[in-house]
Amino acid sequence: MAAITENDGMMRAADGTPLKQALARATRMNKARAFLLTTPLLAFILVTFILPIGLMLFRSIDTPEVSAAFPKTLAILQEWDGNDLPGEDAYASFASEMQELASDRDTRSMISRAGTRLNYIQSGFRSLMNKTSRRIQRVEEPPFKEAFIKIDKRWGEADTWKTIRQAGSRYSTRAYLNALDLTTSPDGEIVAQPEIKQIYVTLFERTIWVSIGVTVACIALAYPISYLLATLPSGTSNLLMIFVLLPFWTSLLVRTTSWIVLLQTNGVINDILVWIGIVGDDSRIQMIYNMTGTFIAMTHILLPFMVLPLYSVMKTIPRDHMRAARSLGANPMIAFMRIYLPQTVAGVGAGSILVFILAIGYYITPALVGGQDGQLISNIIEYHMKKSLNWGLAAALGGILLAGVLALYWLYNRIVGISNMKLG
Amino acid sequence: MAALPSYAGPLERFWYYAFRFLCGSIFLFLIAPIIVMIPLSFNAEPYFTFTPEMLAFKSEAFSLRWYQDILDNEQWLHSMKNSFIVGIAATFLATSLGTIAALGLSRGDMPYRTLIMGLLLSPMIVPLIITAAGLFFFYSSLGLAQTYTGLILAHTALGTPFVVITVTATLSGFDRNLIRASSSLGASPQRTFFKVILPLISPGVISGGLFAFVTSFDEVVVALFLAGFEQRTVPRQMWAGIREQISPTILAVATILVGVSILLLATMEILRRRSERLRGLSPN
Repeated sequence: MAAITENDGMMRAADGTPLKQALARATRMNKARAFLLTTPLLAFILVTFILPIGLMLFRSIDTPEVSAAFPKTLAILQEWDGNDLPGEDAYASFASEMQELASDRDTRSMISRAGTRLNYIQSGFRSLMNKTSRRIQRVEEPPFKEAFIKIDKRWGEADTWKTIRQAGSRYSTRAYLNALDLTTSPDGEIVAQPEIKQIYVTLFERTIWVSIGVTVACIALAYPISYLLATLPSGTSNLLMIFVLLPFWTSLLVRTTSWIVLLQTNGVINDILVWIGIVGDDSRIQMIYNMTGTFIAMTHILLPFMVLPLYSVMKTIPRDHMRAARSLGANPMIAFMRIYLPQTVAGVGAGSILVFILAIGYYITPALVGGQDGQLISNIIEYHMKKSLNWGLAAALGGILLAGVLALYWLYNRIVGISNMKLG
Repeated sequence: MAALPSYAGPLERFWYYAFRFLCGSIFLFLIAPIIVMIPLSFNAEPYFTFTPEMLAFKSEAFSLRWYQDILDNEQWLHSMKNSFIVGIAATFLATSLGTIAALGLSRGDMPYRTLIMGLLLSPMIVPLIITAAGLFFFYSSLGLAQTYTGLILAHTALGTPFVVITVTATLSGFDRNLIRASSSLGASPQRTFFKVILPLISPGVISGGLFAFVTSFDEVVVALFLAGFEQRTVPRQMWAGIREQISPTILAVATILVGVSILLLATMEILRRRSERLRGLSPN
């Protein structure tokens, strides 16, 4: 890019364009080239990862079933003041829409799907819908109002119709309310769920507490050994590092299995305790299939994620700092607290966020060794995904969990920089 | 934590040994679960605990029956084959995509680097259950659920962050003048990549690939949602084994997997040394 000076005093590139412009173009080209290199992976991740998760989360607000099945009835119900029962026209349209849907094999399932959606709001609705759709077939003459009430007296209650009107909105935040143990009254006010249904907030709290507990346990266990590893001569420390790296590289299921072997009532640890005589043969300790098992196994699995960042930070702290503090009269305790500890805070922070993020979304270990009371939020998401098939609620619970994780991810990125993550 | 100085007082002496004991216990906590399964997998009895005969080291208390069990069991063999098929395919894809992306990301003039890096690394951060649920719906609607393609694509996405991280880290110590030298001598960008860049960053690429392979080889949540009976991988099969009929065969499989991880760990260590040597960080 030879620059020549012309009479106007402007620097020019070989082709005569002003140098500033040529440089800007070259920079732009370089940027485009760098960006182009990342496009294949970026496109791949966007399409096969971020888009599917986005679509899944969309299910949490997508409630098309009732509005798809009964559009005319809903239009009439919109006009209704909600004080008394809806008029005969609402009953008539509801009957005709039900009859029409039930007449065709392809559309019949829409009634039961709408029933399922209504059932999430008011339990008992699914069977009410199924029963009504069967019996209303035989009713051809008005008055439909009396016919409905004869089939089930709930059709004579304003709340039933208000529930249908509520469920008729195309999109709703109901799943998120349910995920936070809230619901709406027939009049649309947000109220707490009946006590027996209040499980999710407790579960979120439990998940957060377990994650905090595991993080603290990891700090407590990782700090001493990281210090040892960072201060030993490199030959010995490389050898000891195997104790950290081998678990890190070992399959998660293998480690969970081995904890089952160790902790179960007829397991190795109980055997040793009985052999020593600490516990009797008939009073073996229950250490697995409960919260204890989840806690111990999770701490073991996540510990390397704390050791590695801590170790790499401690490795950079010169030994002379402690010596200087000691020679200036600080006792070992003060020297540690005021000189060493503050320099390791960054490592502790990085490790903690990483461990916490991994712990809060944990699924496998709680599912295998958690038993009844060791289940975490991921396990209930799986339950709603695969067993109860309440996908909206699963998506809402997942959405809340994901929001929490992404907030921490953002924080991690701010503090450590995601690209500085250490692996092994 | 060098040797105790001769002037150390009794308290310091006590603290020194107490600290060593504490660290020893923590190392034991880390390694014991992995070590303890190995002898148990040679148990002649179908128990998960040491029999008195085993503790007395009688030879009849040990046997290879659970290993024989794996070889006799069609399902285990099939799942091992699946794990390798899916793992190798996903590793190949993840390594290629990740390495090319890392080349872009490590350039000084990469626009929106933080945002793009955040997006590319997100598969590592998003809880697996959410990933699995999302992929399940998406691949079902495309007809890719319960196919090898679906599982391979999913594992590729999960493996790429590790490749991106290791390769960008390796590239940060890469001398860019070598690229200029190569271009000035007339090499095309492709030739420069294969003849100059790739050989130098190969330790990073291989270790990223190993991470991607382990991620796939160890992955169970997505496999639970996406793999049909035909695509069962080893972790999926182990999962079923732990949940349904727990038998010492699981321990034999686990021991084999520990062997695999020791191999991987050794490979990583060799690569690390090689890369340090290449970068001239270590004297030998």
